[in-house]
Amino acid sequence: MSDKKTLGEMLAERGVSRRSFLKYASYTASIMALPPSAATAIAQGLANARRQSVIWLSFQECTGCTESFTRAHAPSLEDLIFDFISLDYHHTLMNASGVAAEEARMQAMQENAGEYIVIVDGSIPLKDNGVYSTIAGISNLQMLEETVKDAFAVIAVGSCATFGGIPGANPNPTGAVPVSDIITDKPLINISGCPPIPEAMTGTISYLLSFGSIPELDHLNRPKAFFGEAIHDRCYRRPFYERGMFAKSFDDEGARKGWCLYEVGCKGPVTYNACATLKWNGGVSFPIQSGHGCLGCSEPNFWDMGGFYKPLSTAKGDPLKWAGGAVVAGAAIGAASAAMARNKRNKVLQEGK
Amino acid sequence: MELLEFARGPVLTFAITIFIAGMAFRIVSLFALWRTGDSSQGSSRERPAFISAIREIIRRLWPQTAYKQRTMFALVNGYVFHFGLAIIVFFLAPHILFIKDLTGLSWGSLPNNVIYAVSIVTMVSLVAALVMRFANPAQKIISTFDDWFSWFVTFLPVLTGVIATSHLGARYETLLALHILSVALLLVWLPFGKLMHFFLVFVTRSQTGAHLSHRGAQL
Repeated sequence: MSDKKTLGEMLAERGVSRRSFLKYASYTASIMALPPSAATAIAQGLANARRQSVIWLSFQECTGCTESFTRAHAPSLEDLIFDFISLDYHHTLMNASGVAAEEARMQAMQENAGEYIVIVDGSIPLKDNGVYSTIAGISNLQMLEETVKDAFAVIAVGSCATFGGIPGANPNPTGAVPVSDIITDKPLINISGCPPIPEAMTGTISYLLSFGSIPELDHLNRPKAFFGEAIHDRCYRRPFYERGMFAKSFDDEGARKGWCLYEVGCKGPVTYNACATLKWNGGVSFPIQSGHGCLGCSEPNFWDMGGFYKPLSTAKGDPLKWAGGAVVAGAAIGAASAAMARNKRNKVLQEGK
Repeated sequence: MELLEFARGPVLTFAITIFIAGMAFRIVSLFALWRTGDSSQGSSRERPAFISAIREIIRRLWPQTAYKQRTMFALVNGYVFHFGLAIIVFFLAPHILFIKDLTGLSWGSLPNNVIYAVSIVTMVSLVAALVMRFANPAQKIISTFDDWFSWFVTFLPVLTGVIATSHLGARYETLLALHILSVALLLVWLPFGKLMHFFLVFVTRSQTGAHLSHRGAQL
């Protein structure tokens, strides 16, 4: 549960030095592309903040977002849970289960009404009264509406919660929708990705704690600090694209030499995320660096974009599906028009006689 | 992203279908027309039709001496944007991938900055062609909607392509979608207007060559 002490007091009690605290604040400011002066503001904001109650709701999801979240390195999950936030409800990370777990959620909502943050991963099924995903006997829709009612803000993490993701992919059998389709009267931040970059999640939470406000968002409600630039524009393989040097397959000479992966379907040019700059696993690598094209997982409908291995410049689906019919129809109309012209000419000639 | 998906999906499929149907219509309707046949006796200087056709195609690649001064700029400018368009369409890597996806055929590409430079030259050349058409009273009088619209649908994909490559004014996916939409417009118009000359130019010149040779013209 939330502590009445400020974070500054709590950290001082635990022996966390001011130097370490400022270091962390500087790092958070830099990954969010804030000016250096913001580091002090973050440090002051965090020091004066109280532990933030967070309720994490998991709906139609694969727990990949939580897996990613646990691999955050700055701040780490431990930093967040033990120092900055009170994670009062999370299926995977909480000790309690069953009735006790639901009681914990209710208690957090009552004690922190108007102040707690709701994090949602997973899409919400609406078809057949939401029967395809229920928790504690209620539908995901009911739980979301009930929990968000008194929340300060909502953070949708992962492409399922932000855009419908894989559950919402064609033919969307459960009628899955993103959080934004349901919650329209609360501040909503989308942190998309399948899964999202852990620092994008923890960095955004830190920003909320520090400033008590929503960071600058793009047109899809994503923090611009993490989703402001296309992966292609920050990709270290970009020079090869410009020179027209492409890997044709995943095991050819071009692939071995690290050439551009555009021809094998990379969606980097239309995907906005921080993979090429923040990278993953503490900055070790990211998919393109590991030899695979970007799937575009942080964009809406990435699963239905026409195939992971089809280049972006190709048509989606089969553009020649009506080609045979088009030839026959065009030729038939052409033949008919030529026949009509012949008849007309013959009539004129006969009338002339 | 939705606009890009719409452009890459239903719009391209529709445009390609109309293009194919339009081409079939134009070709069949043209070749299924009657041939009056020329029963007159050919000139003593008449060459075989095939030879005359080839000679006429070659002859028209360069202006005759009498017209050289008057038509040289238009001719050179015409070559510039025709070759420019061909280089852009057939040698930019994403374009080759598009063609490969449709036909299975592919070949080597040129670096992006080369295509970019060619695109700028092509646009300048196309604008020059438009200005000439405006400036020449005779040309202006005989120009129809077909001429102006054909210029427009040719220029637009080059312009949108350059803007998309330069990331000017909007996000890349929006610019790319606009480029694809402009290409779709070109594909839909191509068989039905004067741009059909991309296919018919050598057909008509061959016919003219054979006809003139029959009449005894020196080609």
